[in-house]
Amino acid sequence: MLAGLPALLPIAQNGDGFVRDPGESGTSCVAENDTVCVGWALDNIDRYVTPTLEHLELVVLSVGFGFVLAFAMALLSHRRRWLVPTFTGATGVIYTIPSVALFLLLLPITGRGTTTAVIALTLYTLQIIYRNIVTGLANVPEAAKDSGRGMGMTDRQLLWKVELPLAVPEIIAGLRIATVSTVAIATLAVFAGAGGLGAEIYNDIDFKTGIVVCGTIAIAMAIAFDALYVGAQRWISPWRKVRPV
Amino acid sequence: MSLATPALLPLADAFDSFSGAIEFIFTERETAGGVGGEPVGGLEQIGDLLWTHIEVSALAVALSLAIALPVGLYFGHRGTGELVAVAIGNAGRAIPELALIAFMAAFIGVGLLNVTIALAVLGIPPILTNTFVGVRQVDRGAVEAARGMGMSETEVMRKVELPLAAPTIMSGVRTGAINIVATATIAPLAGVLTLGDLILSRNVVGDDGVIAGAIVVALLALVVELGLSGIQRLVTPKGLKVQRASA
Repeated sequence: MLAGLPALLPIAQNGDGFVRDPGESGTSCVAENDTVCVGWALDNIDRYVTPTLEHLELVVLSVGFGFVLAFAMALLSHRRRWLVPTFTGATGVIYTIPSVALFLLLLPITGRGTTTAVIALTLYTLQIIYRNIVTGLANVPEAAKDSGRGMGMTDRQLLWKVELPLAVPEIIAGLRIATVSTVAIATLAVFAGAGGLGAEIYNDIDFKTGIVVCGTIAIAMAIAFDALYVGAQRWISPWRKVRPV
Repeated sequence: MSLATPALLPLADAFDSFSGAIEFIFTERETAGGVGGEPVGGLEQIGDLLWTHIEVSALAVALSLAIALPVGLYFGHRGTGELVAVAIGNAGRAIPELALIAFMAAFIGVGLLNVTIALAVLGIPPILTNTFVGVRQVDRGAVEAARGMGMSETEVMRKVELPLAAPTIMSGVRTGAINIVATATIAPLAGVLTLGDLILSRNVVGDDGVIAGAIVVALLALVVELGLSGIQRLVTPKGLKVQRASA
């Protein structure tokens, strides 16, 4: 009853609107919109650079802030075990709220734009990253900690020189999951007015070529991040395989 | 409001937005911006949209289960295909939700069936991976004991592996269902009028309607999560609970 034409809705408009530029190679293909116009996409690939960079910015900022926050929470609850269920519960509840809803619920408070999107996406990363850091620290063998203590390490030294390095595989596994999910969820950041690949799709929602190009870029970005983490993990802790928790 | 200091003004505005949204949920009103047409808001309209949202989500979860559960059980039981099962789970997280729904609408078509299929694409990976992993984690001794009692392979899967893997499977169902309920919010883009219709029709329902939609969607997701974690506790065999308590 309320189905409107998405392209007319103000929520996703970036101001200057979206005009399909037929270019020379795809005039009829783009106008007909029957199939994916590969030639047009290759000729016009430069129009997707800015949305891709915006998308990348959203992901990097959100996972970065998320990691700092989750790391602080993990350290805080490391010696105060009673905080673990509280933090796990709180981050779990946030994770349950659909991203579109969270973006919109934040709008009245933080306004439209990248800030709102980054706040919401950061909150989403907390659950996975926090859980993995806690699991990683819990899996450190008692023997390793005992040896550390036997060498005269303080609690602080034990944490930074024994426990955290041994927890690296789990921590990176958490970052992997969080980053890949964030790349996907960030397509919905258009509802916070934050641009990115989602805005490119949403502003011309029927345009087949645009959907496929943006979807492909998003998936490629997720795969690239994944590969980056596997490489980083091998480099930092070559003695163990990455295993997502 | 005149007493509010400038620093508090955004909060006061936010409070107004939320109270307007609550009002929208309970009382019908004229369309926003004088676009005319049927009145918007009120429990009846919200109820209709909520029902469609639940319907399409439930169908999608059911379809995901119907596909992922047998496949996961079979391969978990045989112990083959671990790489594929884990890879599907990982790949599932990389699917951009908006691109998925837009792709479905543009290439295959709109409507309940198509949206159900698109949403099931999001539900299958976590259920499949968790079923596989859950079955693999079942104590091999228990499986051997069941065989020794003369159970057929099907019975082993149904009476031993499935119950013992149930908590892990349910946690996959939770992940899948939450993602499905969340993504059903943008289903109106493919012609299925879920609660997201309020969010996508700001020109008709106004800001209050948009926020109202967001509030109801968020509540629905929390209720689904609570319900499913309740079911997860119910399907956890007593023996596993004892094991966990003593561990």
